[in-house]
Parts: sequence; C-alpha cells; structure tokens
Amino acid sequence: MTRRVILLLVLLGGLLLLPLWASRYALSLATLFLFFAYVGQTWNIMMGFAGLLSLGHALYLGVGAYAAAALYYHFNIGPWLGLWLALALGGLLAAAIGALAFRYKVSGVYFALLTIAFAEFARIGFDHFTWVGGSGGLFLKVVEHGRIDLLNLRGPPAMFYYVMLCLAAGAFLLSAALVHSRAGYYWQAIRENEDAAAALGVNTLRWKMFGVIISGSMTALAGTFSAFYYNNLFPEQLFHISRSIEIMLGPIIGGLGTLFGPIVGAALLTVLADGATELVAAAGWDVPGVKQLVYGIALFAIVAFLPQGVWPALARRFKLTQ
Amino acid sequence: MLFDFPTLLNVLISGLMTGLVYGLMALGLSVIFGVARVVNFAHGEMMAVAMYAATFLFSSFGINPFLAVLPIGVAFFFFGYGLQSIVIRPFIVRPQHTQFLLLLAVAIILTSTLLIVFGPDARAINLDTLLEPVAIGELLLDRAKLYAAAVACIATAALFAFFRFSRIGTAVRACADNWLGARIVGLDVDQLYAIAFGIGAACVAAAGCMMILLVDVTPGSGPAYTLLAFVIVIVGGLGSMSGALLGGVLIGISEALGGLFIAPSAKSMISFALMIIVLIFRPRGLIAEKL
Repeated sequence: MTRRVILLLVLLGGLLLLPLWASRYALSLATLFLFFAYVGQTWNIMMGFAGLLSLGHALYLGVGAYAAAALYYHFNIGPWLGLWLALALGGLLAAAIGALAFRYKVSGVYFALLTIAFAEFARIGFDHFTWVGGSGGLFLKVVEHGRIDLLNLRGPPAMFYYVMLCLAAGAFLLSAALVHSRAGYYWQAIRENEDAAAALGVNTLRWKMFGVIISGSMTALAGTFSAFYYNNLFPEQLFHISRSIEIMLGPIIGGLGTLFGPIVGAALLTVLADGATELVAAAGWDVPGVKQLVYGIALFAIVAFLPQGVWPALARRFKLTQ
Repeated sequence: MLFDFPTLLNVLISGLMTGLVYGLMALGLSVIFGVARVVNFAHGEMMAVAMYAATFLFSSFGINPFLAVLPIGVAFFFFGYGLQSIVIRPFIVRPQHTQFLLLLAVAIILTSTLLIVFGPDARAINLDTLLEPVAIGELLLDRAKLYAAAVACIATAALFAFFRFSRIGTAVRACADNWLGARIVGLDVDQLYAIAFGIGAACVAAAGCMMILLVDVTPGSGPAYTLLAFVIVIVGGLGSMSGALLGGVLIGISEALGGLFIAPSAKSMISFALMIIVLIFRPRGLIAEKL
C-alpha cells in the first residue's frame, strides 16, 4: 500500500512540475494523456467496476462539449456554469439509455451495440442540428495567448494542462473512493454474477443506474473542457465511434477495473502514438498509414501477450499489489 | 412532399437491390457470430479490402468484378480460415472485450495497410456496359445495381444450399447449435470454426466486389460498413442467416426512403433508430433462429 502511495505522490509531483521544462509539444501530449486518463477512469467505472460494456461514450463527450459550448456561443454563459448543464445532460442521457437497456434486459454484446447506436444517432442528428453549426462545426472565439481568463477558460496551454490534471486527479480519487464504498462492492457482485447478487438482495437495477449516471455525467464534463481547449466542435469528430474506442482503449490496455489501469493505459497509448510518429519520421517512411500500422501492431501485441492489461503485470512484477 | 408512384417504386426497388448486397455482407457477419461466437469488429474493413482488391484486379488486369468475385472470394476464404485458426482461436475463451480489442487491432492493421498500398484517394469501377439502365415500363433499373443484386442472390442461395445439404455445412450448423454435442460426436470443432470464419470472409468478399460497382471506396470506408453490418444483423437477428438477408433488404429500403424523404446524409439515422427499437423490443432480432 505504501509503495502505491509513494508512486502516486512521485507521479503527481512530476506532473505538477512538468510545465516548467516541457516544450509546447510535450505539454500538448501531456494534456492529451491527462484527458485520456480522466475519460478512461470514468469509462472504467461503468465497465471495469460494474461490468457494463459501453462502446458509445463519445455520446456523453459530444453532448457535454456541445452543451457548454452552445451556452457560451449563444448566451455568453461561461464554462463553469455550462459544465452543470453538461453534467446534467450526460447523467440524464445515461439514465435514459440505462433505464431502457435494463428494463428490457439488453445485456452483453447487445448492450454494447445499443450504446453505439445511440452515439451514432446523435452524431448524424448533430450533423443536421444547425443551431449549433451542424456538420460545418461550431467555433468558439479564440483570444490571444498569455492572458489567463480562468473564468471563461481562455488562456495558454499550461492553464488547460493544470485544469486537466485536477480533473484526472479528481477522477482517480473518486474512483478510489467508489471502489471501496458500498457501491463498489455491489458493482463487483453484479459484475461477477448479477443473478447471485440479486438473489442476495442487492437492488441491481439501482446500482447499475448509479454507475451509468456517474460515468455518463463525468464523461460529459470532459467534453466541456475539451470544447474550450480545442475551440472547435465537429459532430464527425466528437461523436465518432473512433472517439468511443479511444476512450476505452486506455483502461482495457492498462488493466480493466483497476485504479491505475486507466492512467497506465493512457500514458502508454500517448507514448505509443507519439513513438510511432517519431519512429516513422526517423526511419524516413514518409507514407501515410505507416504510423497507424505500427500502432495497430503494437495494440495487437499488447492484447495477445498481456490480456489482463499492463498494470496488473507491472504491479505483480514490482510488488505493488495490495 | 408528394412523389408520384413511379418515383417511389423506383426508389423502393433501388433500395431493395442495394439491400440484397448489404444482406450478403451481413450474412458473413452472422455466420461468423452464429458459429464461432466471435463478434467480427473488422468486418467492414474486410469489405474495404475486398473492394480494393476488385479495383486492383480491374485496373491492372482488366478483370471485371463479376469474374473477380471468384478469385477474391477464394482468397478471402483462406484469409478468414487463417485468421480464425491462427489469431483468434486462443481468444475464443477470453472475455468479449478482449476479442473486441483484438479484432479492432486487426481492423486498424487492415485500414493502414490499404492506406499505405493504395493511398488516400477514393477509387471506383465504372463499367461502360453498366451505364445504360434497364427499362421496364416506367421503371428504370440501374443496371449495375441489378447485376450486383443478382450476384448477391446467387451467392446467398449457394450458401443456403451449402449449409442445408453438404456434409461440412451440416457439421458447421451442428457446431453452432451445440458446441459440446458437436465435440462428443467427434467433429473437429476448431477446424469447423475456421471454415465458418472463412465462409463469412468469402461472403464479405463477394459483397465487396459487387459494392464497388455501386459506390467508391477509400481506406477509411471500413468502420461505416462494420456499423452497417451490425445494424443489419441486429435488426434481422444476430446469428440467423435469413435474418441477415431480411435485415439487409429492410435497411437498404429504409436508407433509400430516408434519402428521398429526409436527406441523403441523414439516411442512416433511420437505420440506427430501427436498431435501437429492435434491440429494446425484440433483442434477438426479427428472425430469432439459429444458423
């Protein structure tokens, strides 16, 4: 246990000091890493803890992004108010999908496909939702760099880095609290054997709903911050299935259902994507597609050789398990 | 908005013909899932590879897609057979999300290979002989679609006959029906799984060769076809052959009507809505039966 706490503190300290020496590019990579560590953590609550496989988390990301961005764009309402709308909408949508799925006993592969269907439905819907720009995109005003306006989330990359760091740390702490709470144990029971859990008197519907609502609303929050970070929103990017896949790759590769898994997975994927780019550049294979090929092969190798994820293997190796 | 009857009928028939090709593609997914219980998340990417293979054979050797169906289909059978028996087999007993990730990696590898080999530009095959539409009274049938649909029908009928009458086909169905029972009576289950995957791949190859006559292809076409195939088999019934065909036709027609009444870009919204409704109210699909 103490080893894990030391590891966490070292990680946190390193991340806090990173903007002091990192280049702009490294900082943007680190921000991306924190973003995926955060959404990986929120996705992990649903799949890793409660065993509900969502392949449509882009839905919550997109809705959270559009909710806060539309408020800012049309009514000049800042993100710190907008994020409440994002949280509410994310939670509401998750509740609606969860209620439908659980009421009609849609589970397993079918549940995963249901979540894809909702995300795709929203993607095409937002393509035609002209109030927020439709497929042409929604653009937020960009102000000059250097001036920090935390209230409206306008400022230099380092500001976003620290905001994302707070979010990622918050999600980690929340997950840690949840997994050792009553909810965490009920989820575990539901994940391992739902019928047995129900027979023992666990209100499975209620706890599954709790899980999807937390996961959905927290993912929507990430959408809000990514909207203000990138300043442009396109349905084809935010709601696309590849976004849902990116969200879930980290925790699965890192180690499903573990607290460190989403962090390790996000770090690995960021390094892998960047490493593939550098490798391709260094070797002079200037052909589009080589980078994705390297990425695909690396992914394949991880899945084939570390089916439990990277973190459990690392933890065993360095005796970091509890 | 009102449309005169011939326009509507033309659109319906056009949707039906595209739907038959969709059905053949989805049939492949359904066979793979029905037998090996593997959810092939690289299905659309395999479709894109088949479409590129057809353009390659056409532009390099002048082989038109109606002939190219055979060599590409055979090549895909062996590809599918190898993929199942070498790569996927160890994953059969692992959790679903691990299988998903594995096939996702396969999909990424296929897409990036296409990008490396063929570049990012869209490719298509336009046969001069197919430009002239077939006129039946007031109906004007797109010749390419008509022929593509006919080939899809032949391939589908051959597949049904294979599963119904041949010894191997019956054995594959036995495997799908009862894995343990099949082993007890001495069937080589691993090999039959590989055969099923090979047949599924051959289906998608044939569908791809026909699809390239109707639409163009880019390396990024894959995911959309994967999703389309999923919508179809869910609506029809995952693991059911006639369900896949019915689903293909339904989705083909709903896309055509959606394109006519709403907007071409919104056509697949109806398909996803249909999928959501079916998943909730009839989760085993419209035709819930085994292979």
